[in-house]
Amino acid sequence: MPQMATAHSSNPVKQDDRALAQIFAAYTISAAAWLLFATFVGILLAYKFGAPEFGSGAWLTFGRLRPIHTNATFYGWASIALVGLAYYVAVRSCRTPLYSTRLAWAGLLLFNVAALAGTIALDLGYSAGDLEYREWPWQIRLIFLAALLVTAWNLVGTVARRSTDDIYLSNWYTMGGVLWTCIIAVVAILPWYQYGLGQVSVSGFYMHNAVGMWFTPLALGMFYYALPRLLNRPIYSYALGVFAFWTNLVFYPIIGSHHFLFSPLPWWLQTTAIVFSVAMLVPVLGGTANFLLTMRGRFGQMRDSYPLAFIFVGVIGYLVGSSQGTVEAFRSLQAVWHLTNFTVGHSHLTMYGFVTFAIWGGTYALLPAATNKYPSQVGLALHFWMALVGSFIYVISLSIGGTIQGLDWVHGLPFIQSVIDMQPFYVWRGVGGLLMFLSHFVFAWNVWQMTYGSSARPAPKLAHIAEDAA
Amino acid sequence: MNKLVLIAGGSTLVYAGLALLMGVFPGIMLSDTPPGPGVKPLTPLEAEGRDVYVANGCSYCHTQQVRPLAQDKVFGRPSAPGDFSYQTPELLGSERTGPDLSNIGARQPSAVWQYIHLYNPRAVVPDSIMPSFDWMFDVVDKAPAGVSPVPLPKAYAPAHGVVVPKHEAQALLAYLMSLKQAPLPASEMASGTAKPAGAQAPAASAPAANGKDANAPAGAQASAKGQQLFSANCSACHQETGEGLPGAFPALKGNAAVNDANPSTHMHVVLFGLEGATVGGVKYESAMPEFGSTLSDADIADIINYERSSWGNHGKPVTAQDVAAERAKGK
Repeated sequence: MPQMATAHSSNPVKQDDRALAQIFAAYTISAAAWLLFATFVGILLAYKFGAPEFGSGAWLTFGRLRPIHTNATFYGWASIALVGLAYYVAVRSCRTPLYSTRLAWAGLLLFNVAALAGTIALDLGYSAGDLEYREWPWQIRLIFLAALLVTAWNLVGTVARRSTDDIYLSNWYTMGGVLWTCIIAVVAILPWYQYGLGQVSVSGFYMHNAVGMWFTPLALGMFYYALPRLLNRPIYSYALGVFAFWTNLVFYPIIGSHHFLFSPLPWWLQTTAIVFSVAMLVPVLGGTANFLLTMRGRFGQMRDSYPLAFIFVGVIGYLVGSSQGTVEAFRSLQAVWHLTNFTVGHSHLTMYGFVTFAIWGGTYALLPAATNKYPSQVGLALHFWMALVGSFIYVISLSIGGTIQGLDWVHGLPFIQSVIDMQPFYVWRGVGGLLMFLSHFVFAWNVWQMTYGSSARPAPKLAHIAEDAA
Repeated sequence: MNKLVLIAGGSTLVYAGLALLMGVFPGIMLSDTPPGPGVKPLTPLEAEGRDVYVANGCSYCHTQQVRPLAQDKVFGRPSAPGDFSYQTPELLGSERTGPDLSNIGARQPSAVWQYIHLYNPRAVVPDSIMPSFDWMFDVVDKAPAGVSPVPLPKAYAPAHGVVVPKHEAQALLAYLMSLKQAPLPASEMASGTAKPAGAQAPAASAPAANGKDANAPAGAQASAKGQQLFSANCSACHQETGEGLPGAFPALKGNAAVNDANPSTHMHVVLFGLEGATVGGVKYESAMPEFGSTLSDADIADIINYERSSWGNHGKPVTAQDVAAERAKGK
């Protein structure tokens, strides 16, 4: 980032700040590129539901692009963006320089190499199988594990060198998320207990933990830092945050098998998963209440602060998406919704409405503080409203369509009827998806403004962030 | 430092314990599940076909898990733990954009149909949104000796030459044909290994199940039911128009057996299937599956009556009792 630092770089504190800003910016830029790629593939996939002959040939066939879309979203976009945010939050909340800038750069390289190699492998047909979110060949997943280890080392190292006595709550979540995900990655790679039905149970464990013990804690950790910072007031209840941390840790790992209800997995495993899916309401409601109570009386501030509005949507996405997950886990409802497009709506509500909005909120709240460059109010507004309206259309159309699809099956109609009945909803999904995709170009433009842009002075309405900037 | 150890180390330790408990231990236990009776390892060609299935992400739209729910009966009996012994990576899937394939080798055993469908699904299922896998086929001037060209309908055939499957299509077909659910012994069904809630095998429950329909006011309702059953079970080959696909699947419209005053042949073919049939002087290569084990007598009667009264056909209607009598005669 050539223009990011001021002229007085002889000061070691300024040098550290500059290095951190460069790392934060590089992670965000890299993530934004993956977001554009992943959602472009998503649009192509959505289009194929109405035009199955479009993009014929092995490299563009639906079944190869589908895991490319999900893995690029997970490991390109969300992982890289959240790690960049976690570094910034760790350094600022611990009032210490980053443990190692070189490790941070190495991590970024490894994340990108893994995501790129994974994408190419899947398109060439090298797939480990339809093992949701771990389709990459294991060699490539080892690269991702290396990126995680580097990140864990760096984050823990930074927190260990803190100049504060306490460890701020955000770092509990981010350190935890990275360390736990190292374990998830190892469990997913080792082959000895993954034959036949054994692998099904590991898939259930993995596909839920890779989301809920990785993206969720990193996003929540960022909330705990960005919200107080935007509002200039402490988090409503620190103790509640700690309570949600431990309950999330204990309940979440148990619920994975709810992805295989009515499958030949042992009935007790499925029932345990359902019970703890209900228990998940405890950390979800606790966390959400904490965030909303921190915002109490200041909701109107969203009119002036888009970062706050993004985070608010993220918090609501967390609440609605997670509660929906609990409800979906009931056998009676799963009998209708399982295997339908309702599930696709749910995964977008959580990965988009919660995780992606959270990342945007955090990026808009914190990146300008690091680089002292600001996006335009118009850019923020365009991004926010297009993404919000687009995701509403997306999720609502698939939720309605998925319900109809499930009821068609229950009513014993010929299978093809459920395909025909989905058509209008596939079209609406495409409309919503297109709006979301276009909003990502605006996001990319905003990222450019916050890194290489020329607007060194804050927009007037965001002045309170600048005052805060260290 | 102590705080750091407690938070980062403590939580990681807790998580490692839970990962063992919920991920690794169930994995160890279940990896040892013995194969069910009649569940066989794949042949090399079938295994190759499975790789083609994995590489092209078939399981993002097709599940391979039949749930013990009424709506899943059309796909076969409920999946049992022993079904998956030779299935690594697992392909249970999470979405059913297309139908379940656990038992596709029994439900659609016609190689001709599978090839046409893979080449262009819309050639046999007009409303399908499955991609074409035409890149698994070659267009050649003349089929090599021993290979039958795929009998595509004119609208979907290339302008010149004939279409023959490449090796990967042949392997994929072999794999699809291998997907046949082995029948579960009755004792295992009863002991609950395959789980509660309507977990009876269709074979056992079907003939008894539809007493209600047989007693329902006949006429319009039965005919609507017959049309629905025809769509679900027969139209993939014989088409909604009853015209079949010339050279691939015989027409039912104007079909001699369907219009025959004696419905015995018609019932027999639906109950027990047919191979190497000659219809209207044309010999058909592909086999017709038997429906006797998946459909009740009443369902089969509804289908037969729908066929006998549609597309200008005028066959004498049959009753569920007629079908039962034909079933009793055996193959």
